[in-house]
Amino acid sequence: MGNYQYTIWILILPFAAFLFTGILSGKLKPSFTAAISIGAIGIATVLSYFAAIQYFFLNASESYTAIEAASFTWYRLSDTLVIDMGILIDSISVMMLVVITTVSLMVHIYSTGYMKGDDGYARYFTFLSLFSFAMLGLVLATNLIQIYVFWELVGLSSYLLIGHYYQKPSAVAAAKKAFIVTRFADLGFLIGILMLSYYTGTFSFSEITDPNGPLITQTIGGVFLGLSTLTWAMILVFMGGAGKSAMFPFHIWLPDAMEGPTPISALIHAATMVVAGVFLVARMFTVYSLAAPEALEVIAFIGAFTSLFAALIAITQTDIKKILAYSTISQIGYMMMALGVSGYSGEAGLGFTASMFHLFTHAFFKALLFLGAGSIIHAVHSNEMKDMGNLRKHLPATHITFLIATLAISGIPPFSGFFSKDEILAAAYASNKLYFAVEYLVAGLTAFYMFRLYFKVFWGKERTYENIQESPASMTIPLWILAFGTLFAGFLPFSHLVTTDGIPFDTHFHWNIALPSVGIALAGIFIAAALYKKESARSQKIAASLGAFYSVTKEKFYVDEIYIFITKKIIFNLISMPVVWFDRHIVDGFMNLTGNTTVALSFRIRKFQSGNIHQYALVFLTGILIATLFYLFYYPN
Amino acid sequence: MIEDIPLSHILIVSTLIFFIGVYGFLTRKNMITMLISVELVLNAVNINFVAINRYLYPERLEGHFFALFVIGIAAAEAAVAIAIFINLYRNIRSIDVDEVTEMKY
Amino acid sequence: MLTYNLNILLLVPIMTLAGIVLVKDTRNARIVTAIGMSVQLLLVFVLLYMYMAERNAGNIDEVLFYQDFTWYESLNIRYSIGVDGIAVGLIVLTGIVVFAGVFASWLMKDLVKEFFFWLILLVTGVFGFFISLDLFIMFMFFELAVIPMYLLIGIWGTGPKEYSAMKLTLMLMGASAILLVGILGIYFNSAPDGGALTFNILEISKVNIPIDAQRFFFPMVFVGFGVISALFPFHTWSPDGHASAPTAVSMLHAGVLMKLGGYGVLKVAIYLLPDAASEMATFFLIFVTIGVIYGALSAVMQRDLKYINAYSSVSHVGLILFGLLMLTKTALNGAVLQMISHGLITALFFGLIGMIYGRTHTRMVSEMSGLLKVMPFLSVAYVIAGLASLGMPGLSGFVAELPIFVGAFSHPEPFYRVITVIAISSIVVAAVYILRVIAKMLMEKVKEEANNKLTDAKWYEKISVISLLLFIVAIGLVPFWLSEMIMTSLEPIIRRLN
Repeated sequence: MGNYQYTIWILILPFAAFLFTGILSGKLKPSFTAAISIGAIGIATVLSYFAAIQYFFLNASESYTAIEAASFTWYRLSDTLVIDMGILIDSISVMMLVVITTVSLMVHIYSTGYMKGDDGYARYFTFLSLFSFAMLGLVLATNLIQIYVFWELVGLSSYLLIGHYYQKPSAVAAAKKAFIVTRFADLGFLIGILMLSYYTGTFSFSEITDPNGPLITQTIGGVFLGLSTLTWAMILVFMGGAGKSAMFPFHIWLPDAMEGPTPISALIHAATMVVAGVFLVARMFTVYSLAAPEALEVIAFIGAFTSLFAALIAITQTDIKKILAYSTISQIGYMMMALGVSGYSGEAGLGFTASMFHLFTHAFFKALLFLGAGSIIHAVHSNEMKDMGNLRKHLPATHITFLIATLAISGIPPFSGFFSKDEILAAAYASNKLYFAVEYLVAGLTAFYMFRLYFKVFWGKERTYENIQESPASMTIPLWILAFGTLFAGFLPFSHLVTTDGIPFDTHFHWNIALPSVGIALAGIFIAAALYKKESARSQKIAASLGAFYSVTKEKFYVDEIYIFITKKIIFNLISMPVVWFDRHIVDGFMNLTGNTTVALSFRIRKFQSGNIHQYALVFLTGILIATLFYLFYYPN
Repeated sequence: MIEDIPLSHILIVSTLIFFIGVYGFLTRKNMITMLISVELVLNAVNINFVAINRYLYPERLEGHFFALFVIGIAAAEAAVAIAIFINLYRNIRSIDVDEVTEMKY
Repeated sequence: MLTYNLNILLLVPIMTLAGIVLVKDTRNARIVTAIGMSVQLLLVFVLLYMYMAERNAGNIDEVLFYQDFTWYESLNIRYSIGVDGIAVGLIVLTGIVVFAGVFASWLMKDLVKEFFFWLILLVTGVFGFFISLDLFIMFMFFELAVIPMYLLIGIWGTGPKEYSAMKLTLMLMGASAILLVGILGIYFNSAPDGGALTFNILEISKVNIPIDAQRFFFPMVFVGFGVISALFPFHTWSPDGHASAPTAVSMLHAGVLMKLGGYGVLKVAIYLLPDAASEMATFFLIFVTIGVIYGALSAVMQRDLKYINAYSSVSHVGLILFGLLMLTKTALNGAVLQMISHGLITALFFGLIGMIYGRTHTRMVSEMSGLLKVMPFLSVAYVIAGLASLGMPGLSGFVAELPIFVGAFSHPEPFYRVITVIAISSIVVAAVYILRVIAKMLMEKVKEEANNKLTDAKWYEKISVISLLLFIVAIGLVPFWLSEMIMTSLEPIIRRLN
């Protein structure tokens, strides 16, 4: 145990930085805004590392338990249903703290160089602070609503930062798309939350994920379409996670999100926000594993499918950021699959540990890849690989760090990616041979497309560049720091730190899996080297021989087109338009009809109101006479 | 004295006046003559009030009071009406009742 | 102990009316109005503070600051006033929206005196409505709030204003007629065990109106109040009316007047006719749910900013009725919060639309682009309003909609959960129509040459926008104080329902 009260400052500082720079925007000097943001996230980083050391290494007991470091009632929905805002310290949240603050700090520093001279420099840092706050709040959340609140806030900051270049139509469209797609997925998340809270009467993680709690030990809810309602609820929760983590079929927003500034892609769309879905599943893992195994199967399937699907698309892309985006989708698919095949407690929970481990290492090397890509784009002023070649001469620091990250993602020892990928493959092998085969193939594909990228950009033919030079120190120093992380993160004894039930276990090295996986990675690298190290026509020939398959992957399996068809053609044209027509012509038409009928009727009877006083008098007199005569002769006495 | 004249005579006179007034009101287009006709109608009623009061309930005064009220209100009404006529005349140079069609419908 | 005299909430508007009549210069009319409404806002906060102080001091009366005078002896109509937490919340809303509305129409040009006169008369009606506890007085103030709308839209509006004003007034009058029958029905059944008939809500809430009478009059009261809350299919006055109305009137109408309906449904239909409410809720929920999703889908296809926002209001105000008909404490609390939250958000929207329209002279989304560059303040405010409207946590929309959904979903009937899911899906559609406008209108490059020269908000517009924004954020960040105040006052209603 221990006192973790100070962790509240990890949240407060970025939020204060956001508020301060946001409200005074325009009045502060941009560099001062950046300094405040960096200062806030810097202190938060120190505190996070301190918390991590305290939690993992100064902890005397055998196992890691969840600690609520702080909590206050934010909102009371009814006498029993209360929403708290608090801080939950457990192994995954502490691990995420380290990942988020490290990458965020690196990105902050990097951005001072990358964004120099940009119109929205101050705005950019303000939103970075907002994002850091939201992401940290998300991982520290103690309950479902808190996680949903911060979940939406990271979505918002992602929207704002993708749309940073708001005068560029493609960036605006990408931001909108990212928001709406994830919003749609969040609908599932929200309904899932409502279902869970309906059955448990609480939002709190500590009660819901308690292995001895009523949700897990008792069967509650009915059965719907062959699955228990709890399973449906958990699948809906996963739907939210799938949206944020860009799992198929919600992956379409992530490649477009590359319209944002490259450091943003590194921070939000590679290292932190997109793994929120993985984090969510990990957070609820007890429930998935013990009470809704069918939902876990869905997760494993989606994860495995997405990793293969995205890897295939990544091979044919030409925009370096798009390649990295699809690679991110593929790697998150890995993590999801690992969670899906994991069991609960002890060595059976290897998949869980491996998934978190991969999340950890991936954050470093993928952030490094993106920042490296940013450095390249900064130098070349283009995203397209055809504008690049032989850059290792011009960008030595970027080249070395990029190579380290590429080796790590390809799973070459002793880089970090090797260790985490090995554990994932081992977990898959132990549980489901088919998934193992798929992931094994994807490992080879990953090595291939990453080295395709590497060779095309850093080797190959020299292009004509305009005053090309290595990026400033503010950008290369974060690269070196992340490269350092990429080199050594793999040596952390993760199974001693992050496990399903908090009890450490020992992993042994799986030679039977590691050797073939290195083998296929090397094979991928050699094929890539053969095809792309020297510019040649061989790759075009192969592409041509693949024919339709090549064009289908290049067009990303037409998923975007299917979405556009569904939204534009079906929802807009077949639902919204008729609704509008119905409203204008039937509902409103009926109202107008009543009005018009009254007007028409009164038009017909208005002649009685001639305005001729003589006529009125005559009618009046006649009436009087008739009344008098009636009175005189017929009125009964 | 007055008791020698039967009530019916007085009522015949007032009825005559009344219908003369009504006739005038219905046939004249000039607003002033119409107003005069209305005055005739009112006076016919006044005669009835006073006469019936005097003949049938000599000990009571309601009929007289009513007649006085009618006279007072008729005076006020005539004032208002003539004010309207004058304004009308200023505006449309006519006090013919058929000419006033501006606000019709 | 100092007590709060609620009559002052009527007195200040009436004095403002007198001031408007007396001043000669039109410029002074708006100053008088601004001062009057600033004082009113201040008094509203004093009320809020004193209400909370009184509650904290342990006063558990159903209504506070109660006053009662005989007004019409033989029919037992009494001028009885008092407030509970729900009324206080809505009075605060009204105070803010009116304050913002006055500043938003600072540049009103034609017939300024008359405009502010009718506007403040309407406001008087709204304040009177919220403080009255006598159905007859309540109805009277209700009409006082509705009728000036005809002139305000018909004279100072834009587009087909006569048509819109006529349609709005006729539909609301028609609803009032039904409502009046319903209120009289309650009155004539207010003493089933003999004794004097009464219009007083507090007294009627102590008796049980015969179930047959409840069944007969509940639909009348519900529909009567529902029309002004844009109950489907009687919502069509809303898009046309809002589109034609001048800025301040749109703000007040969508922001406050549409809430009169929700408040009436809660305090009259549900509170006084609880058995019928429980019985018939399912039936009306179908219409309300259709309205929620239908308004959202209609908003997607609109091109005119005001139409988008009007249909969005149909959807969001539909959620108020949706929450009310769920008849659970959580959902009712959410519904009342949604009244306040939507009032602020939609007033901000209409205010901003008016300000943007005043500059670009068009409300067509397709005819504007890149405004963020030209008018950053208004654009950022528009984005925040949009985010609040689509339920972004940290802003008021989220804390209002969440309890509605949680409360609705916790209903034991599966049917209720199904319609809740349908209603929730409207928040995705909301994201579509709001982000579409933001993307088209505020972002990208300025395509229209003339728009490059436009100016950002003036001081009076900033006052208007900031006063609304402040509360949207405050409620969103710390919903506790408001929801606790409302929750306590929902107790008697919940007790009646069980």
